[in-house]
Amino acid sequence: MSIGSRASTAPAEIQLPESGELTAADRPWKVIVWNDPINLMSYVTFVFQKLFGYSHEKAHELMLDVHYKGKAIVSHGRREKAELDVFRLHEHGLWATMEHDS
Amino acid sequence: MSPLFGGRTITWDQKSGAYRVELDDGFRQVIVELMEQFLELLEDPGAPVLYRLFPPAYSDPADIQHQDEYRRLMQDDLVERRRAELELVASTARQSTLTEDQLLAWSRAINSVRLALGTYLDIREEDAERVPSTAEESAYHWLNYLLEETVEALSRHT
Repeated sequence: MSIGSRASTAPAEIQLPESGELTAADRPWKVIVWNDPINLMSYVTFVFQKLFGYSHEKAHELMLDVHYKGKAIVSHGRREKAELDVFRLHEHGLWATMEHDS
Repeated sequence: MSPLFGGRTITWDQKSGAYRVELDDGFRQVIVELMEQFLELLEDPGAPVLYRLFPPAYSDPADIQHQDEYRRLMQDDLVERRRAELELVASTARQSTLTEDQLLAWSRAINSVRLALGTYLDIREEDAERVPSTAEESAYHWLNYLLEETVEALSRHT
C-alpha cells in the first residue's frame, strides 16, 4: 500500500511502504528539534508530552537527546503533517525544522 | 505556604477547579510591563531580537520554495497567536486564579519573552549559573523561575 492511498489523517508512526511506490512528493518527512541554550529542559519535556501525547518517560528521553546529542526526531509523516508539527513547535518557541527521511 | 519559603507560586486548587497564583502586586506589575513591551517589539516580527521566535521550517536552506511558502502561510498566524497570548497574560496578570487554557497561554507567552531576552543577552549554555547584573538579566532569570513554576503546576495536574 502506498502512503498516497491512506486516509487523510496521517498516522503518528508511518510505516515505510514497499520501495518503488513512492513519488518524491510522497517521501516521508521527519521533524527535528534542535538544542538551544534558552529553552528550559522542563518546558521542552512538557511541550513534547502535550503536542505528541508522549509519556513523561518518552518525552524526557527525547528532551535529553536534544540537550546532549544536539537534536531529536520527534515525529514523522507526510509533508502537510510534518509542517503542522513544525508550526506547533514554533508556536511553543522550540527550534524545529523538517527534512526528508533518509 | 508562602512562595518565599519553599512553597509554590502556582498550584492547582481542586476546590475552585483552577490554578491559584500567589504573586506580589509588584511582580504582577512586572509581568504586565514585560508583556506590553514585548507587544511593541512584535510590531516588527522581522526584528533580529525576535529571530528565535520565527525559525525556518526546513532544515535544508536550499529548500527556498517550501520555506517561502511556509512563511507566507504561517507567519501571520504565528504573530497573531503570540499577540493574543501576550494580551491575555497582560489582562490576567492581576488575577488570583487562572484556568488551564490561560495558564498554558502564560507558559507560551513567558517563553516568547524569554526567547527574545535570551537572544538580546546572547545567552549561552555555560551562562546558566551567571549572576544577573542588569535589568534584562534579572528579568530573564525571574522569567525562568516563573516558567518553571508554570510548567511544574501544569505537569502535576494534567
